[in-house]
Amino acid sequence: MIITKQKDFDELLGMMDGQDSVFIVGCGECATTCRTGGEKEVGEMSVKLTEKGKTVTGTVVINAPCLELDTRRVLRQNKDAVEKTEAILVLACGAGVQAVAEAVDCSVYPGLDSLFLGNVFRHQHFYEKCSTCGECVIGSYGGICPVTRCSKSLLNGPCGGSVKGMCEVDNKKECVWIAIYDRMKKSNTIDRLSKILPAKRHSAGTIPGRVINGA
Amino acid sequence: MGLRELFVQKDFVVTTEIPPPKGVNAASSLDIAKKILRRVDGINVTDNQRGIMRMCSLAFSHLLKEIGHNPIMQVCTRDRNRLALQSDILGAGALGIENICIMTGDHPKLGDHPDAKPVFDLDSIQLIKVIKELETGVCMSGKRLESSAKFFVGGVVNPFFEPFELELIKIKKKIDAGAEFFQTQPFFDKESLEKFLEEVRGLNTKFLIGISPIKSVKMINFLNEKVLTKKIPENISKRIETAENQTEEGIRIAAEFIREIKGMVRSIHIMPIGIESYLPYLLDEAGL
Ligand code: SF4
Ligand code: SF4
Repeated sequence: MIITKQKDFDELLGMMDGQDSVFIVGCGECATTCRTGGEKEVGEMSVKLTEKGKTVTGTVVINAPCLELDTRRVLRQNKDAVEKTEAILVLACGAGVQAVAEAVDCSVYPGLDSLFLGNVFRHQHFYEKCSTCGECVIGSYGGICPVTRCSKSLLNGPCGGSVKGMCEVDNKKECVWIAIYDRMKKSNTIDRLSKILPAKRHSAGTIPGRVINGA
Repeated sequence: MGLRELFVQKDFVVTTEIPPPKGVNAASSLDIAKKILRRVDGINVTDNQRGIMRMCSLAFSHLLKEIGHNPIMQVCTRDRNRLALQSDILGAGALGIENICIMTGDHPKLGDHPDAKPVFDLDSIQLIKVIKELETGVCMSGKRLESSAKFFVGGVVNPFFEPFELELIKIKKKIDAGAEFFQTQPFFDKESLEKFLEEVRGLNTKFLIGISPIKSVKMINFLNEKVLTKKIPENISKRIETAENQTEEGIRIAAEFIREIKGMVRSIHIMPIGIESYLPYLLDEAGL
């Protein structure tokens, strides 16, 4: 799931400066789970913007704005409100915002900051475990990802900085190398760590934005 | 004579560390270096240590070499990708800088440019291996170099890492990759050093045992809270606390420690973080 957080309200107002009418789009999947862009948050945003003198021409929560064809269809269904507005504020991840932007002619603004691809524990407790690097190497690390979970993406063992099992960069985060060690110890595969593992092939990654057309 | 030869020729090798200036004028750092000329076997030149931006280690290493020192150029993998790292190594080769010490480096978030993009394209082990490949005239992509140089490559060790088995795996990998020496984090007591030497016994490499004079009670608190897994021994803290001049007392304690361990180890690395100007005094007190 894509983890998001709401942008600072003043930043939002700044982006929309000079545009008085706004249509709000929410997301029924990730942003709903994150409580950043579901029905409730879209409603609250509408109230706040109205209080600041904006005219909210309408709102809609699209099931998954990143499904581009669905997004176009829903926006067409809301044609009247969309045509009346100068701006659309999208409470979804950056992918959702762009799906909307490419379907309309007016200004489109992100209402959220997209943080990471996250695993979900309990409500509002997320953990980044994979950063979609394009070439999964965790088979060499007991199924735990140092690319994402080590603050330095170290592939051959920990840096010297971990203190009491926590990461030198953030003492609230465990040093993932201790977790890799524990796991590989348990599965009796620790000797595999003795091999020098090669540098990551960053060309396998997705920057600049990759397109897959499997059709 | 290069550091590699000094390790063979001398019974006791002493290196120390001087950071490059945060600016373009290196005169005062070089003045300190001049005062310890022929008294130390190598000077480690830190590479934006603790993520704090300074003059590059390549340039300052060159300046040290010009005045007759034997620089050990530190290279961390935090700030440069594989292209930049390799081209700096070639630059070092061109300037006759032979000793290179590789480390990952502290995360930029801990330094003075916390918004910088952390690079970490290679890790220390991968970079050591790449340097060994450069020596043979081939770069990381497999392309041939027009010319190459020989390097004396080392790494760093945290003797207090827990679980130590994991650190040991890393030390061995660095040796496999081509590391020939290691600088350790500072020791403050003989027992810890004995334990470490026992743990690394049999490894075919050289450990430059880290010595760091304590300059104040503040430094003790910082080390105890943020850096060390084993606290500074009580008797040392007491001596610093009650000293009239804490820095000088710290220097004397470090000198005594060097004398104490001289028979146990063959090389030390003195890290006088922030009190480099006391180096001549420390060397005097330690009888070096
Ligand atoms: S190695 Fe790459 S694909 Fe595999 S979990 Fe880590 S980031 Fe994700
Ligand atoms: S402390 Fe552990 S997780 Fe943090 S950067 Fe170092 S090795 Fe990676």
